[in-house]
Amino acid sequence: MTVQAMKIPRLPGFMFFLPLLVFLLTGCGINDIPTYEEQAKAKWAEVLNQYQRRADLIPNLVETVKGFAKQESSVLQQVTEARAKATSVQVNASTITDPEAFKKFQEAQSQLSGALGRLLAITENYPDLKSNANFLALQSQLEGTENRISVARRDYIEAVRVYNTELRTFPGRIWAMILYSGNKAMEEFTIDDSAKRVPGVKF
Amino acid sequence: MSWAGAFRGGMRRIGAALAVALVVLLLVHAALAQGLTFPPLTGPVVDEAGLLNPADKAALDASLRALEAKTGAQVVVATVRSLRGVTIEDYGYQLGRAWKIGQKDTSTGALLIVAPNEHTVRIEVGYGLEGTLTDAATRLIIETVILPRFRANDYPGGIKGGVAQIAQILTAEAQTGAIRPTGTPSLATPVGEVPVWPVILLGLGFVVVLIYCAIRGGALCQFLFQMLYMIAMSGGRGGGGGGSSGSGQSYSGRGGSFGGGGSSGRW
Repeated sequence: MTVQAMKIPRLPGFMFFLPLLVFLLTGCGINDIPTYEEQAKAKWAEVLNQYQRRADLIPNLVETVKGFAKQESSVLQQVTEARAKATSVQVNASTITDPEAFKKFQEAQSQLSGALGRLLAITENYPDLKSNANFLALQSQLEGTENRISVARRDYIEAVRVYNTELRTFPGRIWAMILYSGNKAMEEFTIDDSAKRVPGVKF
Repeated sequence: MSWAGAFRGGMRRIGAALAVALVVLLLVHAALAQGLTFPPLTGPVVDEAGLLNPADKAALDASLRALEAKTGAQVVVATVRSLRGVTIEDYGYQLGRAWKIGQKDTSTGALLIVAPNEHTVRIEVGYGLEGTLTDAATRLIIETVILPRFRANDYPGGIKGGVAQIAQILTAEAQTGAIRPTGTPSLATPVGEVPVWPVILLGLGFVVVLIYCAIRGGALCQFLFQMLYMIAMSGGRGGGGGGSSGSGQSYSGRGGSFGGGGSSGRW
């Protein structure tokens, strides 16, 4: 009887305690690591999406330029090869936590950026090509895509910064140790693509 | 000076140094978070550079509001005195994000940005309109309508012509049902940033008290639990919300976002 009398007042304490604990732990950032991880992955998907969009535009661009500037076959071939190389690099969600794979992806894409930049630079020498409606449309799409790539990369870098910071600082570090020991820091872009950006056409 | 006195003095100095460091950190953080500065969004036409006369501005204002009512697409004209040292492409999408132009769920928004001092113009297209105002379409508007007039120093003409073209494309698309009209746009609710550290410390303090209470029990703890339960039930979270609300502004962003769509031109 006395034991029960002692236990009864404690029970409601625990009943309040559990949901409150969950509520308070949420405030302590127990969900932050998976939340930031998903955000960074979504941004990565957008980066891949935009790079893919660029790769999809290239065959059409190469064909159009070929029609006006056959003699530039070496530059055209470089672009085609760089595109083939860039699209052959295997990428998936785990690429961002694998420094080697990430570096490979980044290098392939920046090589393609360089080749594309050279191609667009030589088109300046062909007035007929520059006034071709198909080429103008392709060029504006390509410029738009390059711009979207740079926005997507910046968004990704910011999301990774938030995620990596959470993983490496208190209190995220403690949650990482206790609950998310499988989570690895993600890679950031190191080569600035803006240096190899497609030169804008002056009119 | 005794050892304890020296220790206390040292601690005080360390404390002061920490406080200074904290203030500096907060200031640096605030400065970094600011980044670019943008003019306030006062209406669908923000003429910071002063390119439009009142009559043109009023006409554009009315037509852009009508366009949003009809198509759900929020289009804003912004003339800026300076791009703050970045390219118009960098400036444009960040301005669109800062102003939250476009509907919240669909991001159907667009900006016509004119930077007369940098001699650049850009049509920045929100995520939801990228399929309608394509890069090629915006390039065509800039090359054929806007730039010829800007080169002749006819800024109002170029802006009005560009807006008319954008409106035409959006209206045509709305009729085929690609953009769905949203009727009365909902007011954007600014999300106030909750300061993290006080919340964590408060939370930790609560956890300690709760663990103590759960183990030891007692009348005071019972009372505390009941109070907490009442607070939790009444939904009083506290600490959140607040923030600066519109303060009587009749025009605001609807919560849309931008990803670098559109195209630019130079003259």
